[in-house]
Amino acid sequence: MLLPRIARSSLPRTVARRRFISTTPSRRSDALFVHRDTTYNNPKIAFEFDATNLKRAQEIVAKYPPQYKKAAVIPLLDLGQRQNKGWTSISVMNYVANFLGMPPMRVYEVATFYTMFNREPIGEHFVQVCTTTPCMLNGAYDILNTVCEHLGGIKPGQTTKDGKFTVIEVECQGACSNAPMLVVGDDFYEDLTAASTKKILDGFKQGQKPKPGPQSGRHTSENSAGLTTLTGKPYGPGEFCQPEFK
Amino acid sequence: MLKSSSPALLRTASSVSRIPRPARVKSLSRSLATAAEIPVRRYGGLKDQDRIFTNVFCKHDHGIKGAMSRGDWHKTKDILLKGDSWIIQTIKDSGLRGRGGAGFPSGLKWSFMNKPGWEKDPRPRYLVINADEGEPGTCKDREILRGDPHKLIEGCLVAGRGMNATAAYIYIRGEFYQEASHVQQAINEAYAKGFLGKDACGSGYRFDVYVHRGAGAYICGEETALIESIEGKQGKPRLKPPFPADVGLFGCPTTVANVETVAVAPTICRRGGSWFASFGRERNQGTKLFCISGHVNNPCVVEEEMSIPLKELLEKHCGGVRGGWDNLLGIIPGGSSVPVIPKDISAQVLMDYDSLKDAQTGLGTGAVIVMDKSTDIVSAIARFAQFYKHESCGQCTPCREGTTWMMNMMNRMVEGRGHVREIDMLLEITKQVEGRTICALGDAAAWPIQGLMRHFRPEVERRISEFRQVNGAVGFGGHLASAADDSLALPDNLGLRLPEVPAPAGAKELHA
Repeated sequence: MLLPRIARSSLPRTVARRRFISTTPSRRSDALFVHRDTTYNNPKIAFEFDATNLKRAQEIVAKYPPQYKKAAVIPLLDLGQRQNKGWTSISVMNYVANFLGMPPMRVYEVATFYTMFNREPIGEHFVQVCTTTPCMLNGAYDILNTVCEHLGGIKPGQTTKDGKFTVIEVECQGACSNAPMLVVGDDFYEDLTAASTKKILDGFKQGQKPKPGPQSGRHTSENSAGLTTLTGKPYGPGEFCQPEFK
Repeated sequence: MLKSSSPALLRTASSVSRIPRPARVKSLSRSLATAAEIPVRRYGGLKDQDRIFTNVFCKHDHGIKGAMSRGDWHKTKDILLKGDSWIIQTIKDSGLRGRGGAGFPSGLKWSFMNKPGWEKDPRPRYLVINADEGEPGTCKDREILRGDPHKLIEGCLVAGRGMNATAAYIYIRGEFYQEASHVQQAINEAYAKGFLGKDACGSGYRFDVYVHRGAGAYICGEETALIESIEGKQGKPRLKPPFPADVGLFGCPTTVANVETVAVAPTICRRGGSWFASFGRERNQGTKLFCISGHVNNPCVVEEEMSIPLKELLEKHCGGVRGGWDNLLGIIPGGSSVPVIPKDISAQVLMDYDSLKDAQTGLGTGAVIVMDKSTDIVSAIARFAQFYKHESCGQCTPCREGTTWMMNMMNRMVEGRGHVREIDMLLEITKQVEGRTICALGDAAAWPIQGLMRHFRPEVERRISEFRQVNGAVGFGGHLASAADDSLALPDNLGLRLPEVPAPAGAKELHA
């Protein structure tokens, strides 16, 4: 008992010893909220909507009352992100702020709050694996591990070296009856197994687009052993209605 | 066989047929000593003809042609011409309660928009549809959005007429890209047919519907956060009052309603409030989409009668629990925010607001998450704690800090790294978070943990004692006595020197 104590206290002070009572808090959020100018992300890089997106942006702004133009900030950031290879750079945010006539800070607030805005570049295919409990119960972490291993041993949050895939872990995507599932870009791939996950990734690697939806052969979220409801032809207009609506 | 129709036979026959209507009371000839038998009404067994959402599985065309052939937009003009009070009265008669989780009576909620003197208010009035479906386990609105979008659009018009709204915004979560495009397609088709716009369905009533896509924030499912989000701000809930019916979207009177609530309105109006009210128990009437996930043989989304027994729901539509009912560990009957219930309670409850409330849980969104005996229940709930930590908007301190604390403690409980007294400390945190925040996310984060400790506390205690046997004494915060630095003074309040006291005998009842 005495020996180790001497040994420990004789350690030079420069050796970082794990503090016991209090430690510096670890970083608690998924992404850094502070913007730092880099070569690929700084306000000097020009960005503006192309002709089709400009038209779309004007259509979006027209949905909201004229004095509340800033309501369009989320749809416009999304549009900008799509045009900017899937991520929202500081230039996109500044452009949207200018477009809607709102302070840039208000746009930064929105872009940092919502998780679908990537503020760092992502790969060509953005693979998002859901691991919330309903998916977890059906082996979502196995799927996540399969994806990471199949893409060359990357970790969630990283991009492959060739820049083709970025993998992240996401919270519930609302396809729980089709668990486990992953999202690539905008498409849901559901009812996954390790084999079908690899097949999907291989498809993307070869430049194809695998068919979205359940991979188990069922159509959507019906009972896979055969329909228990809605077996016949659906009823038509006015059927079973009150006499005045027949 | 016909002649020997004894009362007993008749009774069994009528209970087997499971008619969802009130069971017909047959006047049986009784002898002196028989007590009058109250007919037992069984719920469940909804027929296809009474299902509102006839395209939940996307088997048919979701466009306007398919929708009209399934009865959508049929005589909508007549419904609109009946006027606002007729629509609201029909919804009140139907007993419809909000399908988004809270279960507030819809007719009453919609009537808040028509306060005396509302005509003098020059402001526009909005109906906002909450399609930000993000509650883990819930996937019902998605099926409506992509399979039956016209039911929703027609519902917007009918509900909007009921509350005299000028426009509707449908807030769809950003992840639902396909669903949003189906809804947008439906809106475009409805405008082209003249069902929406200046003269909606030829009734002279002006009504517009817009889609607004979110960008990935669970908190935007809360009504005031959703309003903030549409206004282009961070989705942080507002303090109420003023309630949205007074000051809502863009400072105008607003009502936020769930997709399912609004989408059933036209069918209720056409088929009558009493038709809808004939399903389910008193105060829990109607039909409901249930989405079942987890350890069942065939997870699915299904529309059933309210008050269907939970066990019957699973066995009839999902092929039962994986490995049989006896392999069941627990069920979360209403999405991640409601407490888990163990097997014996699951066998008794009915799927409606009141029955589940009596079982100290809730119907929530009707998202049934089934867990069989292979489940690590502590880690399942710990994952929920992580979810809420991730989704807390950070506005109220109890929730922002509390969800992180709860997650950290739950993660330690998974391996049992903690002191047995920390279970009560964790419960105390949940009580400190619950009810002390602007919105219900704090409550929602607290309830699953309370449910776990209510029903599975022995499991948590077992893990703690096993971890102790392997690693020696563990103090508060998961600090191991063996890792303590003896060169520093150790305060007593770390729990490292507490005597080993087994949990008192009455402890379980205290928390039950």
